[in-house]
Amino acid sequence: MKILNEIFWPLVAVLAAFVVGGIIILAIGDSPIHAFSLLLSNSFGSAKDFGWTLFYATPLIFTGLAVAVAFRCGLLNIGAEGQLYVAAFATAWVGIKFGGTVVNGESWAWANLPWFVLVPLCCLAAIVVGGIWGGIPGVLKAKFGSHEVINTIMLNFIAIALVSYFTQYHYKIPGDPILESANIGEAAHIPQLNQYLPFIPHDVPLNLSFLLAILMCVLVYVFLWKTKWGYELRAVGENPSAAEYGGISPKKQIVLAMTISGALAGMVAIGEVLGNRHNYYDSFSAEWGFWGIAVALLGRNHPLGVFIAAIFFGVLMRGQIFVDAFTPRVSKDLGQVLQAIIILFVACLQLYAVNRRQKAAI
Amino acid sequence: MSSVLIQVLIFLFFASIRSATPLIFAGLGGLFSERSGVINIALEGLMLAGAFTAAVVTYQTGNPFVGLFAGAAAGGVLALVYAFACIYFQADQVVAGMAINFLMAGLPALISGAIYDSSGSTPQIDKVDQLPNYFNNISFASILAFVAVPVCWYVLYKTPFGLRLRATGENPGAADAAGVNVIKLRYTAVVISGVLAAIGGAYLSIGQSSLFTRNMTAGRGFIALAALILAKWRPVPVLLACLFFGFTEGLTIVLPNYLKLPSGEDIPIQFIQIIPYVLTIIVLAGFIGSSRAPKALGIPYRKEN
Repeated sequence: MKILNEIFWPLVAVLAAFVVGGIIILAIGDSPIHAFSLLLSNSFGSAKDFGWTLFYATPLIFTGLAVAVAFRCGLLNIGAEGQLYVAAFATAWVGIKFGGTVVNGESWAWANLPWFVLVPLCCLAAIVVGGIWGGIPGVLKAKFGSHEVINTIMLNFIAIALVSYFTQYHYKIPGDPILESANIGEAAHIPQLNQYLPFIPHDVPLNLSFLLAILMCVLVYVFLWKTKWGYELRAVGENPSAAEYGGISPKKQIVLAMTISGALAGMVAIGEVLGNRHNYYDSFSAEWGFWGIAVALLGRNHPLGVFIAAIFFGVLMRGQIFVDAFTPRVSKDLGQVLQAIIILFVACLQLYAVNRRQKAAI
Repeated sequence: MSSVLIQVLIFLFFASIRSATPLIFAGLGGLFSERSGVINIALEGLMLAGAFTAAVVTYQTGNPFVGLFAGAAAGGVLALVYAFACIYFQADQVVAGMAINFLMAGLPALISGAIYDSSGSTPQIDKVDQLPNYFNNISFASILAFVAVPVCWYVLYKTPFGLRLRATGENPGAADAAGVNVIKLRYTAVVISGVLAAIGGAYLSIGQSSLFTRNMTAGRGFIALAALILAKWRPVPVLLACLFFGFTEGLTIVLPNYLKLPSGEDIPIQFIQIIPYVLTIIVLAGFIGSSRAPKALGIPYRKEN
């Protein structure tokens, strides 16, 4: 019964969003059925389609988990975008400085470490730097009480500007017209899954980070429901004053939740920098940090729900490209609009979901 | 020194007023909503609704005042949707507000993509069709903003509506017992909030610039919210706080022209761009302790039977 309730309301929200989205498509003079069939049919048809869908879902699993952990502590982390930006730059920086990068015959590196040292070091950079950037609004909230929503938004702008500065002035290959860093050393690359799984076509960049994302779903579940820290974090989210009365420090939990949240968002860098682009590329993120909010809400802030919701939004992210290309009027912003409406409906239906459960309990 | 310095100061003064204008409208908008007890994280999206609608209607009609009015109306309608989610469905106000913001990050692009075949921006509006400027480049909207502050003050503190609104934000139960229709009042307050924020957004697309571009508010809705907190939810301090934030944005325009690195090179643009955002965080951290929000802020009202 409980599981049915958990699935039913998110499904209602998604269907309602498609109805409203359909009306919008009709209003701008296109066929909703055509647009929606393009949106959904290019995601599961073949191994290639499905591989791409999983590739788009991977960063969303990380950011969805990031937002969900903060939500469980009663915080809304809108800063996942900035957190994954600083993490990606840090990852690329370590990959350049310790990966033996040579640019125009000149070495930019301090060392040329073997892969079994370099890859963990790069991952550590992603996690630590993401965690620090996420921890800042946590500290600001705990120490001064300033709202994490405003601070994380401000930190997004700051993060994107700062990494753009470092890329432009210090780590761009001279003469490169694109705002991107030099490539990381080859020892820092992580393998693509098509090397091990022959049914995934070679042009699908799905990489090892997808397995890491699944592992993180499990670890976040264990942390939140099987450890004392996770219990305390959720207790603060449920009722901060009751938690404090019970001897839990809400301030400590707020900083912890935001740091873990930032670290999870930072892990996006592992798949993107080490597994896909192999450098830091300005505006590499398709607003994954913001999509993570929809993923977490639709997934009811539970790791399993986040995983399923991330795949659903991965479908939208892949599908919107086809909608853009094969409809006369609908652009790929359709995905963004559907995502926003889904968030709105999930927020509205929360009341019904909670009330139903309370009634069922009586 | 003096003549250059005076020139810089005059330039900075006008730049600050221009930058403060959208913040003042959004800040006053947030004031109505939050004094009635509804958090308004959606200011950013409401501004974008105003900016987009005003740009489209001004481009189509060639009349900026019709555009401004249409923008304000669009903000009001979108705010009604937000109010419906927050008041009727008792949705989490921060989450619903962010949904409105995300919607406005995508919907204008979707619509302009369909009508102008360009999802990045709307077509350029001729200079003569933009909101007019008076006395040395002060926009019509800036004057309106400065007029709006005493009007809002009067409405909030000197009218029965304002008294009821403030009572609703502090103690909706008591206001209800005294005969105030809490629900209707909150709807009204949120819609006023949307209209004001949208006028601020409209200024960006048909006053300060000549077209709508994606996410052109660049966080101003959130900076206005920070100004509101800094101003302790009072109208005249909202004006001062917005002028302060407008000044920080004015600095980003003036500084690169007059200040160079010791090496004689330009200061990297990125360091200039982040000034308003960094100051927002610092000011929020420094002053929030002394600020007291309306007591019922963010709490949905349930009538007791």
